[in-house]
Order: sequence, then structure tokens, then C-alpha cells
Amino acid sequence: MISVLAPLPVLLPLLGAAGTLLVGRHPRTQRTVSLVVLTAVLVVSVVLLLQADSSGPTAISVGGWPVPLGIVLVVDRLSALMLVVASTVALGVLWFAVGQGSADGSEETPLSIFHPTFLVLIAGVSNAFLAGDLFNLYVGFEILLMASYVLLTLGGSAPRVRAGITYVVVSLTSSLIFLAAIGLIYASTGTVNMAQLATRLGELPEGMQLLLQSMLLIAFCIKAAVFPLSAWLPDSYPTAPAPVTAVFAGLLTKVGVYAIIRTQTLLFPGGGLDDLLMWAGLATMVMGILGAVAQTDIRRMLSFTLVSHIGYMVFGIALGTTAGLAGAIFYVAHHIAIQTSLFLVAGLIERQGGSTSVNRLGGLAKRSPLLAVLFFVPAMNLAGIPPFSGFIGKLGLLQAGVADGSPLALTVVAGGVVTSLLTLLAVARVWTRAFWRPPTQEPLDDTAAAAASDAGAQAREPAPVGAAGESPGNSGSEQQGEPQTGRRAAWSAAWQRHEQVATAGTTVPGTRAASVRALRPLPGVMVGATAVMVAVTVSLTGIAGALYGYTDRAAHELLDRTPYIEAVFDGPVPAEDGE
Amino acid sequence: MTPTVVFPVIIGGLYAAGVYLLLDRSLTRVLVGFLLLGNATNLLLLSTGGYRGLAPILGYAEPDQMSDPLPQAFILTAIVITFGISAFVLAMIHRSWALARNEAVANDEEDRRVAGRHDTDADELDPDDLAPDDRPAGHADSLTTRRRTGADLMEVADDVTLPLPGDER
Repeated sequence: MISVLAPLPVLLPLLGAAGTLLVGRHPRTQRTVSLVVLTAVLVVSVVLLLQADSSGPTAISVGGWPVPLGIVLVVDRLSALMLVVASTVALGVLWFAVGQGSADGSEETPLSIFHPTFLVLIAGVSNAFLAGDLFNLYVGFEILLMASYVLLTLGGSAPRVRAGITYVVVSLTSSLIFLAAIGLIYASTGTVNMAQLATRLGELPEGMQLLLQSMLLIAFCIKAAVFPLSAWLPDSYPTAPAPVTAVFAGLLTKVGVYAIIRTQTLLFPGGGLDDLLMWAGLATMVMGILGAVAQTDIRRMLSFTLVSHIGYMVFGIALGTTAGLAGAIFYVAHHIAIQTSLFLVAGLIERQGGSTSVNRLGGLAKRSPLLAVLFFVPAMNLAGIPPFSGFIGKLGLLQAGVADGSPLALTVVAGGVVTSLLTLLAVARVWTRAFWRPPTQEPLDDTAAAAASDAGAQAREPAPVGAAGESPGNSGSEQQGEPQTGRRAAWSAAWQRHEQVATAGTTVPGTRAASVRALRPLPGVMVGATAVMVAVTVSLTGIAGALYGYTDRAAHELLDRTPYIEAVFDGPVPAEDGE
Repeated sequence: MTPTVVFPVIIGGLYAAGVYLLLDRSLTRVLVGFLLLGNATNLLLLSTGGYRGLAPILGYAEPDQMSDPLPQAFILTAIVITFGISAFVLAMIHRSWALARNEAVANDEEDRRVAGRHDTDADELDPDDLAPDDRPAGHADSLTTRRRTGADLMEVADDVTLPLPGDER
């Protein structure tokens, strides 16, 4: 049965993409098709996961070509888990995007390319997870990158084109390095099948092995945003639409992490370059989180924490032990869910507060308690506060580091603890400023994007801005007559002012105050999708025991290597008799 | 197979020129650089096929005389991908030109803003110096009695410049 199911996570989204293109003029049908397809992919992935856990890795030769020649899809515990998490996240994000689309009234717009592109992206991600040979992995990467280029520049506004250019050029470079590495690997071993490479690469001279390994690692580290190669990520992610950023942050870097795991366990076991990776992990954690602390824009802050937490996974991989690898895989699953939810919440914050800059936001906890809960829970999870899965993942990794005991590993453990604390600081800053303090009344020109949009609004409607700006002044003069003191007074004054602006906004439609500050009810579908994603991150805590057991078995399987290789060759490795 | 110096020289030259162009700010040059790099990689893949042989078609040549078809399949795939991406980059160049009359890669403004910020981050300030509604929530100092006029209440925190009354700097 598994041989029928395994290609479906790639096939279904591709067929779905074709279907959604055909019905491009009927947004409702398009939505239904996408949701049905992704639900089917999720179901298939869960079945694959159960199958992989009970009966070990399975390989399927696509098109019936004999093994070293044809394309092989391999389902083992790692790839099945990644598929399940990826399709869950994709479904949640699609649901959010559907809600956003209908809330914005963009159903009738000719922009019908979101759904097909999104499905192609998922097909590429699934293909990368299932690929049993390097070239197919490359193709998977290219499919998902091509889709991501389109999604990132959706709408083609100036900031998105600028961000897209950085992203495209960096991705191109990493793809070319990967392709060149594939060429060199083929030249030196005569195969690109990963199971066959696992046996053949070890026979190469050491220098050659090192070259090939470092080329692959450089290519994957760019995609995974590991520190010296991570500068592109916080530059390009924040400008995209909220659901796009969410799915990118959740999935795309993790595909790179997945590829690093494969490289380090299957292709080049034995821990070459582990020390280097460990340093890279440490630098990624620390530099990423320092960047995050400096940001005032929530999305940029989240992008930097994304980079930072990749460091934990790299650290786990670099340890090379079962415990380290199990921790890293657990952390990947946790982080995909958590980062996606946080970016979705950031999308809701932007809707509710009119901005993602903590300097412009305020009072969200009172204005929208549900939103506050939706932000608080995953934020604490990200920071690694004990009951949550983030704590369990970090604890597992740190324990593995201590068990390793080398000075370098202990240094990284210390770095991991500091990073965790700084993460808490970064999210707490957002919490206190955006949620707890009373709302600020004047939009400040503190972010470039905001300044641009304000300028645009002013150019369109110069008069109402002054009107909106006057109302707080009035409220202030009222306050003077009746001296209220202290924080309570400040709060009530700010609230009064805020209410005034909000009501002024509703009576004078089209003012900037109305468009930015008014209390807009959040669309139920978007909140629902976000709530479900947050619930998923919380439920990861509930099933943490089972999940950790699973990742432990996956790590054993990866380090053992023989189950994978024997699954591909359908038995023991055939004797090498030349090319 | 006799080793040939032609391939490495061409591939190396293309890589060098490609990287040079890729580092340019002009998008068109970046695109040309990418094309050169793509071609260099394709040649690299071609050279991995080993010796020159006959076309790998059954019935046309014996298997031991054939050239290796796999790298050619790789190249074909890579060419298609390069083609698609080039079209996309061209569209971006066009869009960039239509939007800004400029096809240079622009700076990340927000990045510059964060980098150019001084030490006036609100977290490092004494909360007493701030307007009440800018103080960190729950800060003990923020509960002290302090008269504020309505004008003060309009002051709000900004990381770039802090227009605060009583800020002596």
C-alpha cells in the first residue's frame, strides 16, 4: 500500500495546482480544491508516518526502473514526520490565507495564482523530503524555490520586489553550488542515488570527501540560514504577505535543515566538519538573537529569532549522537509549528493594530484579549518556558550537549541558554509594548514601510489627518481641568483618546485614523486558523513523550544507516563491481 | 580519456566572470552573471560524463561505446530551470524599472534605520523620564504620583528621537 501512497504528497499538490489553474475564475472552487488536496496530503502523510514507524523505511522506484538507475522515493521516520508537520502547517496557513482573502474582499480579483503556487510549493517541499537521490532533491528544491519566488513577490509592490531580488539571487547562488556539488559527486562516484552514495562516498580520498561535503553543506546552510550565510532571511521575509511569510518561516528553512541532516548522517557519517557546524550553530544562535533584540518590527524580530533557533537544530546535528539528533528532529517539528503560528499572529496583529512596529502598537491586550492569548502562548513556547514543547526540545538538546561533554559542546550549551533567555527578552518586549501599554495615538514615522504608507495616505487625504490629530488634544485639555495622577490617569486618558479617535474614524469614513486605529473585528476564519495552529503547538507538548520516542527511533535509524540503504536496494547492498 | 585543459579553463573563466557580475548592483548584470554561472555549471556537469562516445541510443551504438546519458539529462533539467528563473528575473527587472525607474538592488531601509539608531532605545531609558504611557507596563516607578499635563500625554516613545519634556540630553 505504501508504494501507492508515497508519491501522493508530491503528485496530489501538483495535480491540485493544475486543477486550481483550470478553475482560476471561480475562487470558491479553487479554495475547495486546495483545501481538499492539502487535507488529503495530510491524511496520506499520517498513514505514511504510521507505516514508517511500524515497518521501517520503504523505498519506491518511480516508473519501475531498477534501483540505482531510476528515481527513488524513500519514506523513513524522518521524512514521514517532516511530511506530516509540513502538511499540517500548510493546511493551517492555507486556511488563514482563505480567511484573509475573503476578509479583504479580494475574491473577485484576477489574482488567482496564490492557490496554484502554494500547492506547487507544497509539492516541492514534499518532493525534497521524499527524494532518494540528490538530483531529485535538487529538483524538489527548485520546485519549491520557484514557487517561493512568485509567492514572495505577490502583487509586485516596490518593497516586495526589492526583497524578492535579494531572495532570488541568494537562492540562485545556493542552487548553483548544490548543482555543481552534484556534478562533482557524480564525477567521482558515478551515482546520485543517496543509498548508493552512502556506500561509495566513503571510498573516496579524504580530501575529496571534505570538498564534496563542504559544498553540500554550504548550499544547504544558505537555504537553512545558518549564520554566516543567513543575512538574506531577515531582509526578505518580512515584506511578504502574512500567510506567505508564515509558511516560508515554518517550512523553507527546515527543508535546508532536513538536507543537512541527510548529508551529515547518510552521506557523510563519521562527524567530519562537526566542529565547524557546532561553531556555526553557536554563531547562528547568538547573532540571530542579538539581531532580534534590536528590532522594533515584530515580523523582523520573528525572522531573526527564526535564524537564531536554526542554531539549535544545527547544534543537535553537529553533536552527531542519537540524543543530539533526536533533539534536533524534535526541535525541527516544534519550530515549524511555532514559527508559523507566530507569523500568523503577527499577521493578525497587523490587521488589528494597523502596524507590526512595537512603537506604533499598544493596548492590544485590552482591545483583543483573544489575540493576546494567541500571541502569548506560542511566544512563551518559543522562549522555552517549561510546560511547553520548546522547553522540552531545548532541554533535550542541552542534555545531549552536556552528555557530549567536550568544551566546545559545553560552550554551545551555554550559548543556547543565553539565546533562550534573550528570546524571552525579545518576545517580552513585544508583549509589554504592543499588548500591555495603552495605545499610542499618533502613528510614528518609525518604519520605512509605515512612513511610506502614511505618506501615501496623507497625499490622498490631507484634511482628515489633522482632524484625527486634534481629538487627542481636546481630550488632553479636558484632563487638565480634572487632575488625575499617576499611571491610572495616563491609562484612562490614553483610552479616552483612543476611543475618540476610533469613533471619529467611524463617523468620518476614510480617515487615516479609521483605517489604522479603528477597532476592526478580526475575521473569524483567520483567528480560527491561527487558533488551530496555536493549539497544534500546544498539543505538541501533550504528545511530547510519544513524539520524542519517535524522534529517538528516527535518530537511531538515521545513524544506523543500514535500514535506509537496505530499503532502497530491497535487501543487502549489492556487491560493487565497477561502474 | 585524455585530460583536456580546455574544459577547466572555460568553466573557471565562466565562474569567475559570473561571480563578478553577480556581485554588481545592477540587476541586468546580476542576471547575466547568473546565466554565465548556470552555463559554467552545465559545462561542469557535461564534463562529469567522462569520455566522448556515441549517442546513447539502443540499436545505434553498443553500450560500451555510448557516452554517459545521465549528465545530459541533468543538464537538460538544469537548463529548463535556469530558463524559467531567467524569465522570472527579467520580469522582476521590468517590474523594478516600472516602479522605480531603476534596476539597481535597493537597500533595506528598515535595516539601515535599526543600524543607525543611537543608544536611545526605550528599554535603556529611565522609566521616570518617559511619558507615563510609554513606561514599561508594571514598572514600580511608573506608579509614583506625577502630574502630567495633557500636552505631555501626547508625547510618545520613538526609538529614533525621543521628544520628551524633561529629557536633558
